[in-house]
Amino acid sequence: MTRHTPLPPTMGCRNAPILKERGQHEVFCGLTGIIWLHRKMQDAFFLVVGSRTCAHLLQSAAGVMIFAEPRFGTAILEESDLAGLADAHDELDREVDRLLARRGDIRQLFLVGSCPSEVIKLDLARAAERLSAKHAPRVRVLNYSGSGIETTFTEGEDACLAAMVPTLLESDARQLMVVGALPDVAEDQALDLLAQIGVEKVTVLPARHADTEVSVGPNTSFALTQAFLGGTHAALERRGARHIPAPFPFGEEGTTAWLRAVARDFGIDQAHVDAVIDAPRARARKALAKAAETLSGKSLFFFPDSQMEIPLARFLTRECGMQAVEVGAPYIHKALVGPDLDLLAEGPVISEGQDVEMQLDRCRAAEPDLTVCGLGLANPLEAEGLCTKWAIELVFTPVHFYEQAGDLASLFARPIRRHDLLKLEAEE
Amino acid sequence: MKLSVWTYEGPPHVGALRVATAMKGLHYVLHAPQGDTYADLLFTMIERRNHRPPVTYTTFQARDLGSDTANLFKTACEAAYERFQPQAMIVGASCTAELIQDDPGGMAETMGMPIPIIPLELPSYQRKENFGADETLFQLVRRLAQPMERTEQVTANLIGPTALGFRHRDDITEVTALLNHMGIAVNVCAPYGATPEDLTRLGAAHFNVLMYPETGEAACRWMERDLGLPFTKTVPIGVGATRDFVAEVAKITGLAAKLDDSRLRLPWYSASVDSTYLTGKRVFIFGDGTHVITAARIARDEMGFEVVRLGCYNREMARPVRALAKEYGLEALISDDHLDVEAAIAEAAPELILGTQMERHIGKRLGIPCAVISSPVHVQDFPARYSPQMGIEGANVIFDTWVHPLVMGLEEHLLTMFREDFEFHDDAGASHHGGAHVARDAGGLSAPRSGQAGTPPEDISEQEKTGEVIWLDAAERELRKIPFFVRGKAKRNTEAFASEHGLGEISIDTLYEAKAYYAR
Repeated sequence: MTRHTPLPPTMGCRNAPILKERGQHEVFCGLTGIIWLHRKMQDAFFLVVGSRTCAHLLQSAAGVMIFAEPRFGTAILEESDLAGLADAHDELDREVDRLLARRGDIRQLFLVGSCPSEVIKLDLARAAERLSAKHAPRVRVLNYSGSGIETTFTEGEDACLAAMVPTLLESDARQLMVVGALPDVAEDQALDLLAQIGVEKVTVLPARHADTEVSVGPNTSFALTQAFLGGTHAALERRGARHIPAPFPFGEEGTTAWLRAVARDFGIDQAHVDAVIDAPRARARKALAKAAETLSGKSLFFFPDSQMEIPLARFLTRECGMQAVEVGAPYIHKALVGPDLDLLAEGPVISEGQDVEMQLDRCRAAEPDLTVCGLGLANPLEAEGLCTKWAIELVFTPVHFYEQAGDLASLFARPIRRHDLLKLEAEE
Repeated sequence: MKLSVWTYEGPPHVGALRVATAMKGLHYVLHAPQGDTYADLLFTMIERRNHRPPVTYTTFQARDLGSDTANLFKTACEAAYERFQPQAMIVGASCTAELIQDDPGGMAETMGMPIPIIPLELPSYQRKENFGADETLFQLVRRLAQPMERTEQVTANLIGPTALGFRHRDDITEVTALLNHMGIAVNVCAPYGATPEDLTRLGAAHFNVLMYPETGEAACRWMERDLGLPFTKTVPIGVGATRDFVAEVAKITGLAAKLDDSRLRLPWYSASVDSTYLTGKRVFIFGDGTHVITAARIARDEMGFEVVRLGCYNREMARPVRALAKEYGLEALISDDHLDVEAAIAEAAPELILGTQMERHIGKRLGIPCAVISSPVHVQDFPARYSPQMGIEGANVIFDTWVHPLVMGLEEHLLTMFREDFEFHDDAGASHHGGAHVARDAGGLSAPRSGQAGTPPEDISEQEKTGEVIWLDAAERELRKIPFFVRGKAKRNTEAFASEHGLGEISIDTLYEAKAYYAR
């Protein structure tokens, strides 16, 4: 409880050399983001224009078949669609008409491009325009690509939000935009803290409903809650909005730094901010203390997955006492994760991209106490005796801001505790 | 273009992956973009395999298109050979790579690898997973198997079991035991557990056991024609089918038909009085063709159920399934659209569904118990315990599995006796199932039964159109006294009866007139 976050390191990782690799990527494609985006935007439908593989990916990656008819689906391209693109557009119009006729609750439709639709150059932007004109004002039709040849896992959300930016209303109002799809519980906590601090006008992208007016303009400052929103960041800047660089709001330190950066941008007195966050900060420290006991001194290896790796490595090393061996990320946007890199003490290998076989060699050689990796690698590594945490849970679970700091640390502590608990040998 | 929400089968290269993952010493180089690696988790998570599938994905990106995707493929092939030193490699394209037409097969063959390279042509936009597995095994066998002298002792190959198959692991053990009891050894089991080298010895067997036509038939047909190996046509799932299988093997080999049925319990369990309540239970059967065909026979002849509808999702099996349905006086449902299947189940209002994990979800939504008999399956269908579907133990396992979702016979009597009791009301469900006790609902008729822990299912399918007939209060109360497992049927029958007889309202009398009308 008395343990406080250490001082910033004299030498962070911002200018550390980056090991860039190219080879087999053991990550999902951008379509996967649909799984959480469709839960966040409850009046939106995500229509992937793709192959049977896309449909199979969505159901396998998610395992969410409890929904009779979820708000996503795949228009599966068939032999005849590949032969003539004009016909493919007609077919798409027909499927969309049918879908919207059946689903009166849908207000936003996203046409989501896939590898096959990109390769055959099916122009979904044109399709979205045409269909928007046809179905306005009831339904707005947008498009983005979640294809594996262009997007890695969480970049799908980035592409989706970036596609929404040009449609936002123009506004000169001084306001804050919080950007990133968070579980409602975490988002509500953030909004509550921001209100208490005194940031008066706050909007969220993506909004939960199509009716919610979200505006942007030269007096809009935006704070990102997710580290993978590089494209959205650029799109918002094009609309004249200003980015507030900050560490990402993971853990007590990240959340505090994030809130203080926002407050500074709005000219709010830091003493006032500190008074508001004093109690939740203390709670967060207390909540993660137990998990930190398990994690402290343990070594850590990140395979690239969600682009959350650098902020999470910062959290795990500084607040939980872990030692990072390698921090791999599919892409590193320094404009976004720079402040986290500053806080991450030099030492670990920072790698970008992936050659999974080479990285597995490094991981086996390092024998880390905890390996954070995707679902395809977790069980095989466990079978080799390594302790793993599957990364996908980090994007599905509420992990942001103070009240989730303890949960976030526990996600990493649980596999280690389990390894210690299981006793399957004879007693003697 | 066809809108699809959930699919019964993956693309054909996933079928090839099932073959490669089942084998040892084989490597698959798949020309595919990033993201297609999701398929690894099918094996590592759903099947809990402790090894990565032996696949290299070339992981091409948009910027590679038009420049050097072909080169990328070659590099990946070389690296895979260097690292994994396989005895043979299969190479092919996923759906996206098929479009860029790099011809991985052609390229790999010109690379001068010191091992057999087997190119796969799997048309992603026409065919599906089962075809992919069947075709891959066929290509492997055609390339590697040689005519050779038969083993001295009578031996058989087991053909068809793959990774991610429904109970394939345990079926192999069971069928091996059936054969051993007749004095027949297993020569090669493929693809499950086989190496490419093992495949070269297939021709030494005296015959093939085709365990799963979905994934092994093309290979068996080729071996029949080119290696002179006859293959079995009976799939030994169920008591009758197991006995038929033994007879068929005896006929092929000239050995005596011998079956050790000392551990067979299904016949007695089915005959014992507790099972009386199984009589005429209305079941809906859906899955892959093989498991549906075998399940129908067990359901009718060994459990005493009434099969109200059956069908399969794999068109390759449409013909035998249609023929079987006709024999049962039914129209087969051949569809891979789960919404069609859901509608058909709702219409048939069965008391039990025998299906896949898709039907398990449908059953959950409709409040109808379901037992899984076929792929596609999920992690819970790969149990730690031994639980085959084939042979003697398979029959025992099937009896238990199918009866488990139902209310036990003794309990059913108690339910009827105490259905008015505030604690022992029928909404509480079967006592051997977990879950919170559900308080008696005083409200509407169709209050959904609460789901398992977690997010409740969101039912957004269209409401049934039953609005034309009005239930009078008294009749509605009377309906609620009927145990839940027959209530749906009673409601439907009564409404059908009412509309048939031009009645706008349903009274208690209508309810019982309908009951008498439909009495069996």
